[in-house]
Amino acid sequence: MSAVTQDTAVSTGRVTRALIYLVLVLFALFYLLPLYVMGVNSVKPLSEITGGNMMALPSVWTLEPWRQAWSTAQIGVEPTGLRPYFLNSILMVVPAVAISTIIGALNGYVLTKWRFRGDTWVFGLMLFSCFIPFQIVLIPMAVVLGKLGLAGSVPGLVLVHVVYGIGFTTLYFRNYYASFPTELVRAAMIDGAGFFRIFWRILLPVSGPIAVVSVIWQFTNIWNDFLFGVSFGGTSQPMTVALNNLVQSSTGVKEYNVHFAGAILAALPTLIVYIVAGRYFVRGLMAGSVKG
Amino acid sequence: MGFLDIRNVTKSYGSVKVLHEVDIEVEEGEFLVLVGPSGCGKSTLLNMIAGLEAISGGEIAIKGRVVNGVHPSKRNIAMVFQSYALYPNMTVGQNMTFGLEMHGVPKAERDVALARVAKLLQIDHLLDRKPRQLSGGQRQRVAMGRALVRNPDVFLFDEPLSNLDAKLRVDMRTEIKKLHQTLKTTIVYVTHDQIEAMTLSTRIAVMNKGYVQQLGTPKDIYDTPANVYVATFMGSPAMNIVPSTVVMQDGVPHAAITDADGAVKHLRFSQPNLAAWAGKPILLGIRPEAITDPEGADRKSGNIVALSNRVGVTEPAGSDTFVTMALSGKDIVARMRADATVAPGQIFDFAVNMEKAVAFDPATEERIAP
Repeated sequence: MSAVTQDTAVSTGRVTRALIYLVLVLFALFYLLPLYVMGVNSVKPLSEITGGNMMALPSVWTLEPWRQAWSTAQIGVEPTGLRPYFLNSILMVVPAVAISTIIGALNGYVLTKWRFRGDTWVFGLMLFSCFIPFQIVLIPMAVVLGKLGLAGSVPGLVLVHVVYGIGFTTLYFRNYYASFPTELVRAAMIDGAGFFRIFWRILLPVSGPIAVVSVIWQFTNIWNDFLFGVSFGGTSQPMTVALNNLVQSSTGVKEYNVHFAGAILAALPTLIVYIVAGRYFVRGLMAGSVKG
Repeated sequence: MGFLDIRNVTKSYGSVKVLHEVDIEVEEGEFLVLVGPSGCGKSTLLNMIAGLEAISGGEIAIKGRVVNGVHPSKRNIAMVFQSYALYPNMTVGQNMTFGLEMHGVPKAERDVALARVAKLLQIDHLLDRKPRQLSGGQRQRVAMGRALVRNPDVFLFDEPLSNLDAKLRVDMRTEIKKLHQTLKTTIVYVTHDQIEAMTLSTRIAVMNKGYVQQLGTPKDIYDTPANVYVATFMGSPAMNIVPSTVVMQDGVPHAAITDADGAVKHLRFSQPNLAAWAGKPILLGIRPEAITDPEGADRKSGNIVALSNRVGVTEPAGSDTFVTMALSGKDIVARMRADATVAPGQIFDFAVNMEKAVAFDPATEERIAP
């Protein structure tokens, strides 16, 4: 006797299926179009672009626009290229992400495992900070930075971004740690571990997914921020501001190929972060939000 | 003064008092079980002994030292949690020696202690595994191992078996009892399972609504429950509580009850002091095993009373057959031999062991006899 195979497949007609795939492919192409245009035009001489054919592949391949965007293009009044600003951005984003993530983790730890009278209020107020628009805090922030003597410097920008990011990072870590069994903390207490030892040895080793979420979120927000950079950057402006100065220059010939190369350079770090850690991002978001 | 003294300990959250003046003295080597339904305050009391919750009133002393306000790690206690609370990122070995490491014990000594306990619990082959690679029973052993390694004065168990399946639970129960007999350690054990309480303990504290209802040996608690609550909470099936009246016959107190057909029957008491209750209503407490078929009656009892009554439902359970019948308007359970021939609806002659009968005051529900 032969076993009968049970048909459990969801049945869809061939035509329907082909249509679905067609639509999907078209959408994918449509969304990839800007990247294609940027990529293609950043490796063409300017004459080919101004010649009118923006969509065509370059007839002469050149990396000159990239070199110019990186090191010689006119940013404002200085022909420095984007390089020094890229460095500014790195110097700002790394400490800002690290500090805000660590503080967020500590806040989450305290708000869930060392609860105190009024802790929900504290958390509520921190959450509130997530909803304050950037523009509102510009003037008070300028006053504070001025008083601290940090105006127009990279440390000043780091401070601004840390302060602004703590609300989000605290939210992430609090929700993540809320589902972490309190009995473990109690067991560690009985075992004789102190406040920081419990954090370091028990909680942090299992915080990987949410740390990735926090890092990606903070990295993209801080790297892509323009308003704080242009307001408080002073002489150490970040990449976004430089890119703006590059593409918005109203004098001379518009070097579109250089602009495209510069724009890709500005977007590259966040792209890399997403590619490297992207799959943990979704995983961590789920872990943090659903179980909270 | 005991080894672990709980003196007039209370716990309040704001104005709500969840634990009322608990007074227990635990001797060295004793196995004290705190048993009660959820919300009775037993876990709160355990957490206060551990130092995980503040003591609102009274004091707790371990080895004569008052530990109110002392940090949990400085009380020389170890605790086994219901969820085992194993550190997920550490191996079994690291889990078990974490406490020693935190107390600054050198590596060599830690390894010796680990090897000793791992051998005792037969988990030496698991030391390099992570907790998630272990079965429930193995996790349970590791959690106990972590407590044993420290060699503490008092072991605290917080419902350690309730996450295990039924068969494993019975095995681990025996294991814990064996461990206690070998190591002769002082244990405070919290459970809601009255069978665990009966089998493991040397003494039981039955708790309800923040009060210790009765503190005594398992036999005391079972045979002479302090009140109706303890009587019905301990034992499975629960003790039958039958409304009845004390009547005097030939100068001896009897319990007057009505059978399933409405006829009044008299059961002779063995407790003469119930004469003081003559003519008054009482609650008569009889354990199911004290109502049997005549062949199954306890031959050593001096007071077996015959009682014929109509059988309601029979439930053969393999080792015994449980019979339900109506008595004074209540459904009561009798425990017969498995082979007793008894059919539903028939009039059957039961044998009631009145030596085991308990009487309660219906107003206060406190025991009045024996």
